[in-house]
Amino acid sequence: MRWLVALVVLVLGRMRRRPRLEEPERLVPTGAPDRRAENIVLLLFGAATVCAIAVPVVYVWDAIPNQTQFLGLALGLALACISAACIVIAKRLVVTEELEEEYGLTHPDEEEAVEQLVDESGDRFTRKRLLVVAGAGAGTALGAAMLTPAASLGPVFEMSSLYKTPWRRGVRLVDEAGRVFLADEIEEGTFYTAYPEHAQREQMGAPLVVVRLKPAELRLPDARYGWAPGGILAYSKICTHAGCAIALYRKPTFAPVEPKPALVCPCHYSTFDVADGGSVLFGPAGRPLPQLPLLVDPAGQLRAAGNFSGAVGPSWWGVRRHGPRS
Amino acid sequence: MIRRTVRYLDERSGGAPFLRKALRYVFPDHWSFLLGEVALYSFVILVLTGIYLTLFFKPSLATVAYHGDYLPLRGREMSEAYQSTVHISLNVRAGLLIRQTHHWAADVFVAAIVVHLLRIFFTGAFRKPRDLTYYVGLLMLILALLEGYLGYSLVDDLLSGMGLAIGYAVLMSIPFVGANLAQLVWNGPFPGGNDFESRMYIAHVLLLPIAIGMLIALHLTLVASRHHTQFLSRRATERKVVGMPTFPAYAPRSLGLAFAVAAVLFLMGGLIQINPIWQWGPYHVAEATNGAQPDWYLGWLIGALRLVPSFDVTVGNYTLVPNAFWGGAAFPLLVFLVLFLWPTLERRVTGDYAFHNLLDRPRDAPWRTALGVAFFTWIFIVFLAGAADRMFVLFGLSYEGQVWAFRVLVWVLPVVALLVTKRVCNELLRGEVVEVRRKLVEAEPAA
Amino acid sequence: MRRALVMCVALGLLAVPAAAADPPQSGVTHVHAAPGTSPVDWGAQLFGANCVTCHGPNGRGLDSRGPSLRGVGARAADFYLRTGYMPLDDPGNEPQRSRVLFSKGELAALVEYVASLGGGPRIPRPQPGQGGLAKGQELFTEHCAGCHQVDAKGGYVTNAVAPSLDHASPVEIAEAVRTGPYLMPRFTGRQISDAQLNSIIRYVSYARHPDDRGGWALGHIGPVPEGLVTWFIGIVLLIATCAVIGKRIES
Repeated sequence: MRWLVALVVLVLGRMRRRPRLEEPERLVPTGAPDRRAENIVLLLFGAATVCAIAVPVVYVWDAIPNQTQFLGLALGLALACISAACIVIAKRLVVTEELEEEYGLTHPDEEEAVEQLVDESGDRFTRKRLLVVAGAGAGTALGAAMLTPAASLGPVFEMSSLYKTPWRRGVRLVDEAGRVFLADEIEEGTFYTAYPEHAQREQMGAPLVVVRLKPAELRLPDARYGWAPGGILAYSKICTHAGCAIALYRKPTFAPVEPKPALVCPCHYSTFDVADGGSVLFGPAGRPLPQLPLLVDPAGQLRAAGNFSGAVGPSWWGVRRHGPRS
Repeated sequence: MIRRTVRYLDERSGGAPFLRKALRYVFPDHWSFLLGEVALYSFVILVLTGIYLTLFFKPSLATVAYHGDYLPLRGREMSEAYQSTVHISLNVRAGLLIRQTHHWAADVFVAAIVVHLLRIFFTGAFRKPRDLTYYVGLLMLILALLEGYLGYSLVDDLLSGMGLAIGYAVLMSIPFVGANLAQLVWNGPFPGGNDFESRMYIAHVLLLPIAIGMLIALHLTLVASRHHTQFLSRRATERKVVGMPTFPAYAPRSLGLAFAVAAVLFLMGGLIQINPIWQWGPYHVAEATNGAQPDWYLGWLIGALRLVPSFDVTVGNYTLVPNAFWGGAAFPLLVFLVLFLWPTLERRVTGDYAFHNLLDRPRDAPWRTALGVAFFTWIFIVFLAGAADRMFVLFGLSYEGQVWAFRVLVWVLPVVALLVTKRVCNELLRGEVVEVRRKLVEAEPAA
Repeated sequence: MRRALVMCVALGLLAVPAAAADPPQSGVTHVHAAPGTSPVDWGAQLFGANCVTCHGPNGRGLDSRGPSLRGVGARAADFYLRTGYMPLDDPGNEPQRSRVLFSKGELAALVEYVASLGGGPRIPRPQPGQGGLAKGQELFTEHCAGCHQVDAKGGYVTNAVAPSLDHASPVEIAEAVRTGPYLMPRFTGRQISDAQLNSIIRYVSYARHPDDRGGWALGHIGPVPEGLVTWFIGIVLLIATCAVIGKRIES
């Protein structure tokens, strides 16, 4: 027992700091202690510890339901407790001094010195302006040179691919599963999504909306006579406003009191008239919906009779300058 | 222990004088001065959670068929990007927590910047010498919008894919050069394929975070070197900043706020579901869903796009201004132009070119406050118009009627807001003058 | 004022949409059938008391008031009646799900009567259990999500509402898909086979309670409620924290 006491005294003796001869002037003012606040902080740190430990526990616990919720709760509460502890420390356990400082001003002397420095450094030049212009020219040219490879990022000058669609005369219309559409199976009062056979589907020129009206209901422009065999109409499925897929079809059950058949885009509600060639009935689209001419081949299959009535997709500067290309 | 650490650092960097100065640096005390920090700490959470996500996410649009254990997607064709995000959400333990925290942090980050911007604007903190700080901040807001948009578009789900198509259309709609730029960015027509996914990824994961990080450093350096602004008080003047030092007063407050931001974000990330992409399904060009919306900070653009009447401006067969330009590009450009030009315009109009270290209370600058309220009301009404279809579904208000109503309200309500705000400011000021006079009268000894 | 407006929008958007619209103002006329009356005859009497003003005698239809019901079959009648879509006060209004005022017996009688008008399809008997969930989500996205939203929470079509499907029973879904009520397209068996319809119904039933392991689902309608939560929970909490930490301004 005596040896234990001696050991403790030895260790404690070692730990005591060397005494300071004079106390330096205080930098931080004194403040009253607040044991209650300290207890609160201790409690909060304790709670934070428990919550933080809960995180790996929840993590490995296979059978726990709503694991994400418990993980978030545990981690969030741990962080919240630490936050609260910091705030209590800030408000109750450290001194909040009110100090003053000067706002920075400008430094006209140094500003002038810098200007003078730069100015005088150029004393040896005889044709400053010319050299500056030459240097600027070289720099600009170099900048342009370094930017040149950026042109490879994409066909920035080649607009032809914006007109391309995979449709041309004879291409068969297929459904989602790749099955060819027969003209006879297209019914009124519903809508179909069609793709060009054997073509890449993930492009704006590919998908179509196909609907059927009674031939007497058609009001197509004269130039599109024959585009809708048996009243079957095909339009681009891509809205001419901002490129969303037109996945809404309005089919009136009782036409006298209900709005007329229309294709509607779910993004900004551009509404297109199916009977008259895709004109805009409502909404912000600035161009009618491009229509694809159809034909029915001897086997009864639906095929494109050509390319669309206009370029597909959202408007850009050249969208009206050219028709679509196959 | 502290002594030894500080000595170690000072010997190797000579930084002790700087450290001493930094520790006693003065911060004025007001709750609204902490809003910028909320944004800062949100950004920190974004980076940390984002790094975790990059360890699992596959930025590739190569098509795969899903064979994971989430039944409703079994066998569906999807990109690797989408599949890896589903995997993170549904199979990686704690993955969903991190992913949702990341997404909430992005939403809160932009919201915090906006709140901070409003505080800066309505207290006149953007005045000289802090206009450069303000420009840096605006730039960060723009980058944050872009960063968020790219972030949720990387996933290639149905909702964000539709949003990308709209972004493409807006870029295409820029007069003269739009389509060329769009082709450059997408490497060809929409949807662009793997090149575009790679570009979004590297921009979102490296380029923009570095840019934002550097701008944050610049922003904080400028704030620190000019000191923070403050409200007029008994001791604070244009020459003297009064506040608490970093140590020991401000640091625990700031730390407390940092942990609070982290706490709120992780609590939201665990308890409130956000962007459940496994429910939306993968994106395909020919597919769409009703009720698709961008994240909130782009909602103002949806409203604008929906309100513009149907017309393309054409000259012969040359389409000068496609429709999507007005709502998608011109509107935000105008908003940011006004914000960028404001300090200069205010200086010109008021003739006040002096330094300002003291803040205005909003009522102290009635014109700025009223015009500001009118301007932000304008933006907010456009923002509300983007939810008009929801209001129709919920309240039965005709959508077409709402479009027309909003087209009118968008111009009328800001004027009303301007007049009301100006009146309120003036009344408040007058009320204070009356109070002061009353106190003086009461202080006079009775005759 | 801005805050009040935002609160209204917030409350509105977070509130559950009004599922049951109002039944017709005038109510319905119940007809007590004499004992021994066949369901078809009882249905005829009910039809005469409630439907003939728009659908005409013998369901032939009346210009600008109601379509002919000849040949629509039990399927359409059952759908419109059991959902409360019909009777409809004003033919110009969109029919919506509302409280059904007829009794079960009256409904059956009316359906039988309408079915007797020129035949027509029977009430379908879907088997959603035989459908595939993944196929269902894929088909639903392709044919239905454009109007009804990918989680079947409903949406807007110019001049109409595409309702949420949270209250639609499997039979009602099958009936609606095959009938195409109001502006909805009509999908026959050639376009969507019975097996595919089973899958779609299975998915719609699932979508009522989808996998929400991320937490509070906010109505499954996407970023709008997420934005509201960002501001009204996230930002509010954080500004409150700032207010606790920092000082208020002294006057």
